[in-house]
Amino acid sequence: MSKERNVDLAKWSGPKRPYDLVKEFTIALLVVAVLVGGCALLFSSPDEPAITLQKWANSAPSDFVATTVGELAGTTISASYGPPYNNAGEGLSLGPIKPQKWAGVTIPVNPAVDFVVDPLKFSKDASVPAALSQWTSAPATQQTKWANDYASAIEKAGDYTKVATSDTYGPVPTMAAGLLTLAQSDVLDGLLTTTVTPYPSDFTKPMLFLADGGYFDELGAAQHLHGDQWGMMNETGSYPGQSWLWLFSLWYQVEPLKSSGNADIQIFALLILLNLGFIFMPKIPFINRLPRLIPFHRLIWRRYYQENNL
Amino acid sequence: MSTMWTTRLRKATVEKFEPQDVLPDDQPSYVASWIYVFGVLTLASLFIIIGSGLWLTTKGAIWWHSSSVGHFVNSVHLWSVELFFVFMVVHLWGKFWMAAWRGRRFMTWVTGAFAFLASVATGFTGYLIQWDFDSQWIATQAKDGLNSAGIGSFFNTLNTGQAILLHVSLLPLVVGIIVVWHVILVRRNGVVPPLDAKEIAGGAM
Repeated sequence: MSKERNVDLAKWSGPKRPYDLVKEFTIALLVVAVLVGGCALLFSSPDEPAITLQKWANSAPSDFVATTVGELAGTTISASYGPPYNNAGEGLSLGPIKPQKWAGVTIPVNPAVDFVVDPLKFSKDASVPAALSQWTSAPATQQTKWANDYASAIEKAGDYTKVATSDTYGPVPTMAAGLLTLAQSDVLDGLLTTTVTPYPSDFTKPMLFLADGGYFDELGAAQHLHGDQWGMMNETGSYPGQSWLWLFSLWYQVEPLKSSGNADIQIFALLILLNLGFIFMPKIPFINRLPRLIPFHRLIWRRYYQENNL
Repeated sequence: MSTMWTTRLRKATVEKFEPQDVLPDDQPSYVASWIYVFGVLTLASLFIIIGSGLWLTTKGAIWWHSSSVGHFVNSVHLWSVELFFVFMVVHLWGKFWMAAWRGRRFMTWVTGAFAFLASVATGFTGYLIQWDFDSQWIATQAKDGLNSAGIGSFFNTLNTGQAILLHVSLLPLVVGIIVVWHVILVRRNGVVPPLDAKEIAGGAM
């Protein structure tokens, strides 16, 4: 064992100085309390109201209807997501490594049934039961064709209100209009969260539905919260947010990860490697020599080095 | 060696420490830099985080949306977290440039790293339980990353009830245990001496 390592290990036998740890902590606590209290008074904290399905349906009815039709057609993000919600896809993978698929479906969500068909059973619109009956008795291929045809017509017209009535769309227009009414009257929010208990705490279904639409996405973009705007490390307004997530958000800003279809799993794997490097940094050759090569320690212990002519 | 579990536990814990090591009233002369303050500032911030968090917990998840006092307490909680991370990062960089892992202090570094990572997870769940637009947005964005790694099958960011229980019970306990472990290791091993300090200690073991 080298002499230097002996020193690192040894109980310090050199000169000492009085050091009042309890007093230091007490002063630190007071200083931080004043700083925090000052920041809280001066800057407060953000509290942008939550978005409900009712607000979405009233503010952007056309987007709501288009998303509803997308759920019936199976073309939305949720409808084609895969685990943990459904088996509509395999999810992301890193070569042969497929943790999303391996973890399986643990939070079952069938968007067409859970977001549209089941809630419509509570509709008071007289035309809805017949439409639901027509939908549920049709084969899956027919259901998809109706929904896709109506989705194309809406996209072409630019708004569902401009689409002419046609039997080509089957019961889909009636179902979409019925769900819009349910949402606008504040019934749908409750229906999607209270299937287990009337006191909701799990918002998986309404949030997946909301995130499938364009309205919620536009609100996020307006608040500089998109992934390519450093995403969720930001907060609404001008607050610092989770700035400690910068190393996570950074990779979404640079190519080739930025445009990769598997960016989420690739960045997750990269972060696991970087964090292992962080934890085991003292064992990494060269990195663990940097404190000697770049002598910031001369600044930290300058008094010690001066007093000992080192 | 005694076969009694109690004796073994005492020898492995309490008897490892001298009272002077647990609460020393002096330090080696080289402990004289502002960088040493950031460790205790991090700890002080954690106390305020826990205090303001307990206040919010006793009043309920949505109290701060309807009360001006509640909004202030929420702001205190937020800014103490922000300062906690600033102090911790400065503390961490300071320890890196001091190569503070020397002399069997590797586990002190490792527990510090885990304290940082556990704090990130705790902070993240805190952002999920605000019951406002921020929490909605963060939950929908974060789910894809967690789902891609298979974690989403067990931790659902859209389940606010799950996030709130993790944030106020399990994760603070994890952070607390790691921080206590970290502080115990610092007290047990002492503050790392300056690089090239062999002349002073004289190589004593």
